[in-house]
Amino acid sequence: MTPWLWLAAKIGFAFAYLVGAVPVLIMMERRISAFIQGRQGPNRVGPMGSLQPLADIIKFLTKEFVVPLRADRWLFVLSPLLVFVPPMLGFAVVPFGNQYGDELLQIANLDIGVLFSMSVLSLGVYGITLGGWASNNKYSLLGSLRASAQLISYELSLGLTILLAVMIAGTVDPVRIVQWQIEHGWNLFGGGSLWRLPLGLMGGLLMFICALAENNRLPFDLAECEAELVGGYHTEYSSMSFAMFFMGEYIAMVVMSGLITTLYLGGWHFPGITDPTDHSWVGALLSIGVFTAKVYVLLFTYVWVRWTLPRFKYNQLMDLGWKVFLPIALFNLAAMAIVGVILEG
Amino acid sequence: MDRPTRIPMEIEEQVEGDLGSKRMVVNFGPQHPATHGTLRAILEIEGETVTGIDLEIGYLHSGFEKIGEYRTWNQGVVISDRMNYLSPLCNNVGLSCAIEKLMGIEVTPRCAAIRVILYELSRISDHIISVGLQAMDLGAFSVMLWSFIEREKLYDIFENVTGARLTTSYTRVGGLLKDVPDDFEDQVRAFMVSGLKTLREMEGMLNTNRIFIDRCKGVNAISAEDAVSYGVTGPLLRACGIAYDVRKAHPYLGYEQYDFEVPTETGGDVWARYRVRVRELYESFKIVDQALTRLPKGPVGVPVPEVVIPTKDQGNKPNGGMEGLIYHFKNYMYGHGLPVPVGEVYMATEAPNGELGYYLISDGGPKPWRWRVRPPSLYNYQGFPGMCRGGLVSDVVAGLSSLNIIAGELDR
Repeated sequence: MTPWLWLAAKIGFAFAYLVGAVPVLIMMERRISAFIQGRQGPNRVGPMGSLQPLADIIKFLTKEFVVPLRADRWLFVLSPLLVFVPPMLGFAVVPFGNQYGDELLQIANLDIGVLFSMSVLSLGVYGITLGGWASNNKYSLLGSLRASAQLISYELSLGLTILLAVMIAGTVDPVRIVQWQIEHGWNLFGGGSLWRLPLGLMGGLLMFICALAENNRLPFDLAECEAELVGGYHTEYSSMSFAMFFMGEYIAMVVMSGLITTLYLGGWHFPGITDPTDHSWVGALLSIGVFTAKVYVLLFTYVWVRWTLPRFKYNQLMDLGWKVFLPIALFNLAAMAIVGVILEG
Repeated sequence: MDRPTRIPMEIEEQVEGDLGSKRMVVNFGPQHPATHGTLRAILEIEGETVTGIDLEIGYLHSGFEKIGEYRTWNQGVVISDRMNYLSPLCNNVGLSCAIEKLMGIEVTPRCAAIRVILYELSRISDHIISVGLQAMDLGAFSVMLWSFIEREKLYDIFENVTGARLTTSYTRVGGLLKDVPDDFEDQVRAFMVSGLKTLREMEGMLNTNRIFIDRCKGVNAISAEDAVSYGVTGPLLRACGIAYDVRKAHPYLGYEQYDFEVPTETGGDVWARYRVRVRELYESFKIVDQALTRLPKGPVGVPVPEVVIPTKDQGNKPNGGMEGLIYHFKNYMYGHGLPVPVGEVYMATEAPNGELGYYLISDGGPKPWRWRVRPPSLYNYQGFPGMCRGGLVSDVVAGLSSLNIIAGELDR
């Protein structure tokens, strides 16, 4: 096949992978929350309620799209797209599998690697901020202000934890980071060195917590906390424009989990299941399967945390981000630099 | 198209007139997820800090007190349970006790014990929901649903006993609508096992949860002096360290026979209220256990035919005996009613939210001349603006759910 066809196929697969994850996640969220809360969960639509996401989508599609009076029409329509699209772009550099023949199972093998996904993921804040501002609603405004302050503060710690993985592996190319982890061990466990073990563990945990904050999930969902701000930044949104926010959040979760998997959990490789030298279609499928399994373990944790913990207060969130996570992440990075020099020298 | 104009509140005029102001007015209710009921608070905020708060009550005003004057003494019970949608049985018992005090009637031991059991079960259903909602407003949604599972079991008990889940209307002057069913004790015992288990689970979820503690400690605190001067009662007052409980201070229904403690905490903040409620739940379980163990046999109605018409098996045959027919007429016919003497009475009971008082004036007629309620929610709500000022928007929500305001009772 020509390179263009390959690229189109991979983009198509990644799109289906991300958008297809949304119904699965809706179902997961409903089922797991029902399990935690001692409820039945959806069990009426389709066998064991499996068609519930479809029913949700039909409901969204048939609702009226309302633009509030005195809202900024253009920004109001545009901002759900700004939330929906950037996470998808971020998936471009995530290697979701091994090679098939000579073709890497990654959409774009960029030189800047993980930094690209970092930069596009941070674009999502514009959608939330503008959406809340354009709604002409005080709750939305408060929610979007909270969201922007939160996303910016936690992006720092998130960036530092990404940098830690980059320092351990010595490269920003995600494919090579995965390769390094195959040779040495998961970055979560310090990449095979006992010296780096505490740093790797700390970095991985911190990255997951910051990912919760980045994705506006409980306990960091101040931007939309329904008890205070009704719906937060999406109070005024209805119909598919609300669904876009909704899907954007889930897709961002999948992409973030993909990034954590790639940077800390050994990517698509699991010893004994995948063989890095196996470039046949069986090997490719197996590696995609392992990647998916790791991503969904993380997503399960997302859901689990959400239905267990209460949420933070605004000032506590800021304190945690700036006074706890940032120093820890900086310390981690400095310690990693020293350990790196000792190990090298 | 312009929006319809409305008269701005005072707090809005102050802020919106000043364009250079950094303050903003946010409307909080009457339809808002955090106001469990139709409450309205208007917040003046600067960033996230609350600089001013204005409360508006009356959105659920139903004229209950006036309706009470147009119902006979026994019919008032129907209104009383509609005032409180979390623990209606407490209001039933409170009203009947007030009328009995005015008439100088002492209820039978069995009736008193059943009332105590149902009163404490209502307290459990109220407190467990209140704690669950407090957790829900802070984001811990699962705890709320766990508490609702237990409340559901309690409502099943109430349905079995009274025939209704919410609008129980169970008590009568001098007695009860009917005796409890035979499986009552087993049902309550079964609930006590599962209820205590859920309560411990809820505690396990919240007690050592750092986020929950941080969100509650020091939030919305009220000093003991302020609490007393506002007339705050119930768990809120006990959270300030004052062990005032009507059940201990002015015992009724034989509460002095039961062995229970009045838990107090210091701090007067949301955390102290949470702790007081949870500890009171354990005390209520204790009381229910004692009352069930010693539940005396005998009739539930007082043996005064003018007040409680004897049942058929007690020798009354309304269709046969002349005596029974007369009492029947005297009790139920228009213009006749209970022989309530001329006078007035104030009778308070310790409802889950605090002192629930009924102030009744009788002119000797078949209906009360004045039917006045002292709802705990109104007095507890009065201190709310002072608690919120200077806090964050999130603290308003945490505080409001810790007050457990019943709007139906607040506005009557």
